[in-house]
Amino acid sequence: MSLFDFIRKQRPLKSAQTAKDRLQILLAHERSSGSTGGADYLPMLQRDIVAAIRKYVEIGDKDVEVRMERGDQMSSLEINIELPKTATKAE
Amino acid sequence: MTTEPAEKPPLGRVIVITSGKGGVGKTTSSAAISAALAKKGFRTVVVDFDVGLRNLDMIMGCERRVVFDFINVIQGDAKLKQALIKDKRLDTLSILPTSQTRDKDALTKEGVERILNELKQEFDYIVCDSPAGIERGAQLAMYFADEAVVVTNPEVSSVRDSDRVLGLLSSQTKRAETAGADPIKAQVLITRYDPSRVEIGEMMTVEDVLEILAVPLLGVIPESKAILRASNVGTPVVLDGPSAAAEAYEDAVTRLTGTDLQMRIVEERRPGLFQRLFGRSA
Repeated sequence: MSLFDFIRKQRPLKSAQTAKDRLQILLAHERSSGSTGGADYLPMLQRDIVAAIRKYVEIGDKDVEVRMERGDQMSSLEINIELPKTATKAE
Repeated sequence: MTTEPAEKPPLGRVIVITSGKGGVGKTTSSAAISAALAKKGFRTVVVDFDVGLRNLDMIMGCERRVVFDFINVIQGDAKLKQALIKDKRLDTLSILPTSQTRDKDALTKEGVERILNELKQEFDYIVCDSPAGIERGAQLAMYFADEAVVVTNPEVSSVRDSDRVLGLLSSQTKRAETAGADPIKAQVLITRYDPSRVEIGEMMTVEDVLEILAVPLLGVIPESKAILRASNVGTPVVLDGPSAAAEAYEDAVTRLTGTDLQMRIVEERRPGLFQRLFGRSA
């Protein structure tokens, strides 16, 4: 289109390419998890983890923080549990 | 969220972004308006009400960080704090994504009310991104609103649907049903406005649209290439560098927060010869 189009080729990622990349990553995750589409197991997983920890330590529902970062190569699930000062359960 | 004693109590205003017709720019506007509010320092949360067709997360650029959603919180599977996603660009901005998997029946009036009340304790503005249509999801998005922004294109079907939605706002909402309550403050936001087509009579003017709808004007957002570019990269347009659309949204939000600001039509700059030769593109 313009005289200097050949220079633009070296420019950083065009926004359309970013859009395509973002969609490919997201849709790969959504399709692979089938019609249930996504991390629907997370509430259950969280409940199980909290239950397991409660066998040993008293923690509240609000002491659990779950974070996720989906990537194209790998995704990470981060679960932070704040333990109270008074450590283990008596008995 | 920590509440320091010096901190002002949150305003807790609920604003619904609605339109009836799909594709007129509700989600784009929800993202831009909430980001502009947060930029002004207001504690802001934007809530996606489009259950089953989640898209606000993509427009906000946080789609990879969704763990829990609105429905999880309504059903008690997660705490509100866990479902809120903090924006990485503005620390005053949070996103509450919707569920991609459930259907719209998962929303209940009681559940929505409970969560909005909880959000009111922490946020100045709660921006509700309504789904298209006038069914359950759209009704619940507007039901508890204090204010409404009706997104309208200067085009016959969009204006007709906006009129319909304005009717619902003044009859099928909590404020309408509560005796003695002030009605919802509804304002029109005209989007995809093309001054050059208006000039040659190919598009209805702002005045035409307002004459038909007979509600106050919040702002006029010009047709702008910046919108697609911003959604490509997952950034609300007001955070994606200067553009006519960004300026117009900032103006609209200034009015939304109660400041009187003269209406102007911000035009997208036409690239000159120099720019066409050397210029940047989206």
